[in-house]
Amino acid sequence: MKTLVIAEHDNSRLATATLNAVTAAARFGGDIDVLVAGQGCEGAVAQAQGLAGVSRVLKVEAAHYAEPLAENLAVLAQRVAGEGGYRAVLVGATSFGKNLAPRVAALLDVAAVSDVVAISAPGRYERPIYAGNVMVAVESDQPLDVLTVRTTAFDAAGNGGGAAAETVAAGPDLGLSRVLGRELSKSERPELASAAIVVSGGRGLGNGENYHRLLEPLADTLGAALGASRAAVDAGFVPNDYQVGQTGKIVAPGLYVAVGISGAIQHLAGMKDSKVIVAINKDPDAPIFQVADYGLVADLFETVPALTTSLSAG
Amino acid sequence: MKILVPVKRVVDYNVKVRVKSDQSGVELAGVKMSINPFDEIAIEEAVRLKEAGVATEVVAVSCGTTACQETLRSALAMGADRAILVETDAELQPLAVAKLLKAVAEREQPQMVVCGKQAIDDDANQTGQMLAALMGWPQATFASKVAPGEGVVAVTREIDGGLETVELKLPAVVTADLRLNEPRYATLPNIMKAKKKPLDVIAAAGLGADIAPRLRHVRHAEPAARKGGVKVADVAELVNKLRNEAKVI
Repeated sequence: MKTLVIAEHDNSRLATATLNAVTAAARFGGDIDVLVAGQGCEGAVAQAQGLAGVSRVLKVEAAHYAEPLAENLAVLAQRVAGEGGYRAVLVGATSFGKNLAPRVAALLDVAAVSDVVAISAPGRYERPIYAGNVMVAVESDQPLDVLTVRTTAFDAAGNGGGAAAETVAAGPDLGLSRVLGRELSKSERPELASAAIVVSGGRGLGNGENYHRLLEPLADTLGAALGASRAAVDAGFVPNDYQVGQTGKIVAPGLYVAVGISGAIQHLAGMKDSKVIVAINKDPDAPIFQVADYGLVADLFETVPALTTSLSAG
Repeated sequence: MKILVPVKRVVDYNVKVRVKSDQSGVELAGVKMSINPFDEIAIEEAVRLKEAGVATEVVAVSCGTTACQETLRSALAMGADRAILVETDAELQPLAVAKLLKAVAEREQPQMVVCGKQAIDDDANQTGQMLAALMGWPQATFASKVAPGEGVVAVTREIDGGLETVELKLPAVVTADLRLNEPRYATLPNIMKAKKKPLDVIAAAGLGADIAPRLRHVRHAEPAARKGGVKVADVAELVNKLRNEAKVI
């Protein structure tokens, strides 16, 4: 039951989601190959070689893999997956994986299974639908399944491996697309999707200035990542990559602090697997309190600074 | 340019879905159905491109039962020029829909397909990418801005770290994210007008696509409900609970 993990990376480092995908691949119980396609991707290759459980790293170097464009990567993955006798192709359910996996599946003429949260056996998966309000058991008798795996459902693979790296021939450059530019949020804080603590803000904060003034000191005190509800993103308080929810990032930290978030179903879908949830909201009937372990009905403008002070004192 | 917009009929986003007692699916009997919200955004974008003089025709297409005509009428009321229903009573999974859409795209020869990034029922987020693969076209998923140029389209995408702008050669597939636009409400005169717009019905069987389901959805269940916890009186009690009870800080 050999599996192929398609690595997401920036040439020097693997994305954490790839480490989660390796753990998911281990559920198949066979050899795990990791496909690293890039330009000058030695760093990512070396990291993949060191992952526990990985059998082989397939390295593909070409200028047209410098950017992770789905068109070129999908034809490469189609060839590698088709020739390799794999039972499954796995990739983390990030914007990279969600963009790529269905394209690979269609080229291989197989169904893709999105956002897999459990693998009980090859061809036996579980995934959420209807914004996480329903879990469905999916069965496949396909010779090969293409999966995106929810990163919060599988631990990151550790180090301690010593896989060999093999160079694999590049696929064609289709020349269909190119990257014109990126505006990436720079932050010294932990990555939202994998942070141990997340402080998240909603419309109750009123504006972007309040969001930063109140939540940044709290996040700094806790060493937390910052997130937001869709309402806060739509209102322009923070950029889109802060969004937690059905269509944003799915998080499952040890502690999730929801400030001024009412708890729309789409938001709950993105954070309800957090270990401990704290909600601060002045509306006692806000749905967020139905999932919160500790609810504080209070004015956030007084409570959040007091909480920050109390935590830094402690 | 001609723009093709696939739309899906789904359970309305306000409905609290219930799993059927035999776990075979969710209860759809008597449930309000609507156009998938992301597809509404896709229609809006296509109509705006037409209003801007960039697009010449907006064609909405849906795959499914005869009830999808209602969904197509919603798209027509928002400003699509005509509609196509690829009719079948069969269960359609994303790969099957992509194959039917491919057959439609080959007939219609659009320069751009704009669809929602995912449907809010199966949350698959696959059909647009699959269609692009089958057509051999480039794709831009999670679009928050679409700017067509000469033979190309520049699309700003919402990615995990922020925003990315890609340029695709046309024809291409673009999938709409939440912030691409705010869809208009259909006005009553436009709803009336939509009833007279052309809506062609094609039998899915006649398109020669293999639409057999590849996966079995064998058991549906509601996830274990998270039980609400306690209300704390003040910050001091909250910090005390987090330190000594939950032990998370």
